[in-house]
Amino acid sequence: MRELTYTQALREALSEEMERDGKIVLMGEDIGHYGGVFRVTEGLIEKFGPKRVKDTPISEAGFVGMAVGMAMTGRRPVAELMFMDFALVCADQIWNQAAKLRSMSGGRVTVPLVIRAQQGGGRGNGAQHSESFETLFTHLPGMKVALPSTPADAKGLLKSALRQDDPVMFIEHKLLYNTKGPVPDGDVTIPFGKADVKREGTDLTIVSYSRQLLFALEAAETLQKEHGISAEVIDLRTTVPMDMDTIVTSLKKTHKLLVTHESHSSCGIGAEVAMRVMEQAFYELDAPIVRVAGLDLPIHSARPLEEKVLPQPSAIVEGALKLLK
Amino acid sequence: MNKSTLLAMYERMHLCRSFEQACIQLYMEKEIRGSLHPSIGQEATAVGACFALRPDDYMTCTYRGHSACIAKGIDVNAAMAEMLNKRTGISKGKGGSMHWTDPTIGLLGENAIVGAGVPIAAGAALSAQMDDAPPGKSKVAITFFGDGAINQGAFHEAMNMAQLWKLPLILLCENNLYAEMTPLADSNPLATVADRAKGYNMHAVKIDGNDIVAVYDTVCAASERARAGEGPTFIEAMTYRLTGHMVGDAETYRTKEEVAEARKHEPILRAGELLKRDYSVSADELAALAAKSQARIDAAVKFAKESPAPDPSEVYEDVWA
Repeated sequence: MRELTYTQALREALSEEMERDGKIVLMGEDIGHYGGVFRVTEGLIEKFGPKRVKDTPISEAGFVGMAVGMAMTGRRPVAELMFMDFALVCADQIWNQAAKLRSMSGGRVTVPLVIRAQQGGGRGNGAQHSESFETLFTHLPGMKVALPSTPADAKGLLKSALRQDDPVMFIEHKLLYNTKGPVPDGDVTIPFGKADVKREGTDLTIVSYSRQLLFALEAAETLQKEHGISAEVIDLRTTVPMDMDTIVTSLKKTHKLLVTHESHSSCGIGAEVAMRVMEQAFYELDAPIVRVAGLDLPIHSARPLEEKVLPQPSAIVEGALKLLK
Repeated sequence: MNKSTLLAMYERMHLCRSFEQACIQLYMEKEIRGSLHPSIGQEATAVGACFALRPDDYMTCTYRGHSACIAKGIDVNAAMAEMLNKRTGISKGKGGSMHWTDPTIGLLGENAIVGAGVPIAAGAALSAQMDDAPPGKSKVAITFFGDGAINQGAFHEAMNMAQLWKLPLILLCENNLYAEMTPLADSNPLATVADRAKGYNMHAVKIDGNDIVAVYDTVCAASERARAGEGPTFIEAMTYRLTGHMVGDAETYRTKEEVAEARKHEPILRAGELLKRDYSVSADELAALAAKSQARIDAAVKFAKESPAPDPSEVYEDVWA
């Protein structure tokens, strides 16, 4: 199977979907003539023209609000937020408008809007350019949320996002763009709400997503090689809807759960998964759930500080060893 | 201005006024929940503008938007049912006073967030532009907002992009001199709100928003410009709300004398005087139109009161497409 980068996979998804559906329009800062700061939209303005690939001023509230209006009037806009941190700049248009207009109107309007944003730390960008916000989108009702960890998942999930009518927060990661992986040919979509067992195992279940999923796989490899421990690694892929069935099935085999995510610990997806497991599969557990997550602190630029706040593969290994004691 | 259009607008203004008065009564009787923001005194900006537009033109408006929505053609029975949060309401009772939405009349929603409807309408205008309709046939989008919204960031971003891309957008500022409880002079340094448009190189006009003919003619001109691809127009329409910001507002920021003086120049009174003076309409004919509107609202209230409330299980409906 051919190998693509995460960036190439996203670009293919956009290009194929824009060919298939003339209603798809891209909007964002520097996405057109420059090709996007992370190169995802490179070449698309040449292929589809400036009407469908729109460079906007630095006006998140303005252009995300416009995307909401476009979505309600027959288009499928894809608004790009250059950094997830900027979601706070247009928070009203996302959480008060896009997420609520359909239900507040009793279903009279639909908002088929996809917002793409990259998040995460690990590059020394500092506290205003390193956040992960999937928790906010998972908590406030009305948006679907995807966080692909591989190029194949990125392409398949983005295609699905563009073929359904709910507002979607499509979350990429700045350190996933250059990762490579196999991507099948052809029109392959991946459904929302279906987690993926990325590595089979028997001794414990590790649940993660996005870049942290790669750390989990690294940790699983270390656990096998250095400690003879067999970890099953589950990639949530989407947090709204969230697939608990795959996790429960795994727990029936391993009876031990570790959740790991880059975003801050308090009130995070780890806490949510743990609570849902309590509600749905408590009696499958042989030990308390272990959470390996970001500290509740700003993600500073200096590497030693960043690596202290953001959990590294070694922290996942430590957590697993603690779980199995 | 032809007589039948003016008479139709006069009747519609009475429909708006009667609706709002009925709501105030129902609110005092605790049949309406939450907050109520009546548009009494601002009927001409709503009716004059909407009568100048086509039924499929897009519109966003504020939580003080009942008159604008009624002017655009909303079903008053369903609207009143929505006020009482009944299942038969426009939004099945879920939206209430501030979230009327009806795409069949181009209404992309009232909005409870000051200024939020402005970029949304700009997006609808961009959508209309992308439709590439033949010259003169493009849809336009109108957005109503007040003298408070002109201070929101999202408003400025939308102004900028609307002019940058020459969107078919009409920005109608209903300047009623108070943003909630704060007088205009305390919130912005410009004497004339329309001067803000200069900063965006945008065409702007300032009009008497209580003169329904002036509103109608101005919005006609703005929509022609927009449909011809000439870009957006900012309209500052001077008006006055005869009731407080919301029902329950102590109105400590203005005098009773000021309100009484404004009442002498309110739009329905002035339109009636115009019809009598220049169109030979009798006082009896005007009274008949007022009574007709009142009867429609009485029927709407009856319909709303007799309608069922939503079932609790309906919280799960209409969330996902």
